[in-house]
Amino acid sequence: MKFTWFHLMPWPHMPDDFREKHRSVWVDLPNRMYEPELGHGIYHQYLDQLEYAESVGFDGIGVNEHHANAYGLMPSPNIMAATLTRRTSKAALVVLGNSIALYNPPIRVAEEFAMLDVLSGGRLVAGFPVGTSMDTNYAYGTVPALTREKYAEAHDLIRRAWAADEPFAFNGRYTKLRYVNCWPKPIQRPAPPIFIPGGGSVETYDFCIDNTYSYSYLSYSGYLRAKLLMEGYWKRVAERKVDDSPYRAGFAQVICVGETDAEAEKLYAEHVNYFYNRCLHVYPGFADAPGYRTVKTIQTGALSQFTQAAARDYPNLSWKDLVDGRYVVAGSPETVRQQMEELIKSLRVGNVFCLLHVGNMPDDKVRHSTKLFAEKVMPHLRNLWPDWQNQDERFWIHPMTDKRASLKVAAE
Amino acid sequence: MKSRFLTLKPHDARIQVIEAGKGRDLLFLHGAGGHLPNDPLIAALAEKYHVLAPLLPGYGESTGEESLRDMLDITLHALDVLAALKLKNPIVVGHSMGGMIAAEMAAVAPGEIGKLCLLAPAGLWLDDHPIVDIFSKLPFELPGLLFHDAAVGQRLLTSGLDMEDPKFLQQFLVMNARRLGTAGKILFPIPDRGLSQRLYRIAAKTLIVWGKEDALIPAIYGEAFKKAVSKAKLVKVGKAGHALGQERPQAVLTAIREFF
Repeated sequence: MKFTWFHLMPWPHMPDDFREKHRSVWVDLPNRMYEPELGHGIYHQYLDQLEYAESVGFDGIGVNEHHANAYGLMPSPNIMAATLTRRTSKAALVVLGNSIALYNPPIRVAEEFAMLDVLSGGRLVAGFPVGTSMDTNYAYGTVPALTREKYAEAHDLIRRAWAADEPFAFNGRYTKLRYVNCWPKPIQRPAPPIFIPGGGSVETYDFCIDNTYSYSYLSYSGYLRAKLLMEGYWKRVAERKVDDSPYRAGFAQVICVGETDAEAEKLYAEHVNYFYNRCLHVYPGFADAPGYRTVKTIQTGALSQFTQAAARDYPNLSWKDLVDGRYVVAGSPETVRQQMEELIKSLRVGNVFCLLHVGNMPDDKVRHSTKLFAEKVMPHLRNLWPDWQNQDERFWIHPMTDKRASLKVAAE
Repeated sequence: MKSRFLTLKPHDARIQVIEAGKGRDLLFLHGAGGHLPNDPLIAALAEKYHVLAPLLPGYGESTGEESLRDMLDITLHALDVLAALKLKNPIVVGHSMGGMIAAEMAAVAPGEIGKLCLLAPAGLWLDDHPIVDIFSKLPFELPGLLFHDAAVGQRLLTSGLDMEDPKFLQQFLVMNARRLGTAGKILFPIPDRGLSQRLYRIAAKTLIVWGKEDALIPAIYGEAFKKAVSKAKLVKVGKAGHALGQERPQAVLTAIREFF
């Protein structure tokens, strides 16, 4: 199993009457709510938490990209990952990822990811999301019905740029470059491991299978509701007659660990409430621009995590509802261990993206929950895929091994 | 109203064309919402004209939207449809997005379009009068945005179907994804693809009609079009919103009859 400690980096100061006062946490929330001088401390606290996660034994630390919102304050995850290359030395840097259709020209992603891979000594996991509709269409203006074609072309360009040893010309529909010449190029060849966040479209299943990419389902509605979608993925894997390595898939889960079930509720309930009712408060009109999803995907009934959130009645879900319904995995180490084992086995995932910072959780609680998970839960979940020797090198990093060349840059 | 079908080169797009009425030829290009069920404007125009109303790929039974990506693709597509219908000097009428396409056709091929009627066309952007973001609107918001009388709009848009019914909403989502997906190629995120630089090329005798209560593209845009097109007249219709042709079909018919 590979456990990645994932940070969303939300704005933790949305007011109690946020839902009543604002229609959306994304796209048109006035940025007067953002206080830069407070933000300074918050960014550094969040980065410290990611570094702490490495120190207690997480395999990866994760960041991602969002725009014009208070849900996640990383318009550029690459900047965050760059700071992490300096003060970590072992963990995979899981950048999940760069919304490649948004970069003009997309060679920028090939370059910046290569920089991160070189800076980190080959520890980059590169994520290529399409991006939410709020980010891609509403905040960044990409025409919804052209988003996927643009994405596919950007992907083609990036992969070719990493693979090439000589300059070449790229005549795309959206990007025309007479000289594609990616300096630097990544340490991991032909490319860092690539993760694709997906939400249930068959096209994405095939894209992952065709390219040997790991499919990452990012949902906030928990593993019980994810089962149907993941079964669809594994069915497709079987149909395509490729192996069923669990490392072909990952799942994101909100996790809260306390000494006891009662302590977990006492410590974390208010922060979980903040996350579900403020961070996920997306205006439905922004969740899914017409044309963003393919007709085929709509017909399967799959909804994005934010459309789901808009459709669900989170304000009226209690801690008990959220825990019993397994939206969140929360409780004592033993409770969490049991549920995580059920999650991992039932979804057949080799990667878990652990959301241990939740909403407006203060630093001491984040570290308490993280430490308990690392010390009392994670060790018991390490051996769930013995048939795969608990790893699959196709879907994980290959750091450089030349010790003479490898600089010791991690903080003392 | 009956439909006929055209097959267009080079991608074999199959185009549904509604045909109705007798008289002089009139080509009608719909807005981003497509035709309404039993569209009142087409019905009114058919009282006096031979109306041909093609559906853009992505709308109704028309196919081939995947090969249309930008304004030029869509303009040339519309000119291809016009050529395939073999119309002689028709009045080309376009509503909203269809007006934007009609204006582009007349600017790109001024020799082919002699009579042009723009009903609350899209295509311009005035910083002081921003156009509402139609793409982020929810279904229940549309009647009030498109019609002066929202209750009438609600009836016309849904034909009595229940917007709250999940099954209807699922079909609506698919239909909407195709229609507005196509429309987004020229309207998203801002409905301006440089038409203002080309309007001077329009040689057609041009009638511009606007609903005085248009809440989507305010009537002041009518003045901007009139100023930029050389042989243009602007008529404003009272008690009409953006869907003026559906809300006041007889008034629009009269304006067209008087002008051409």
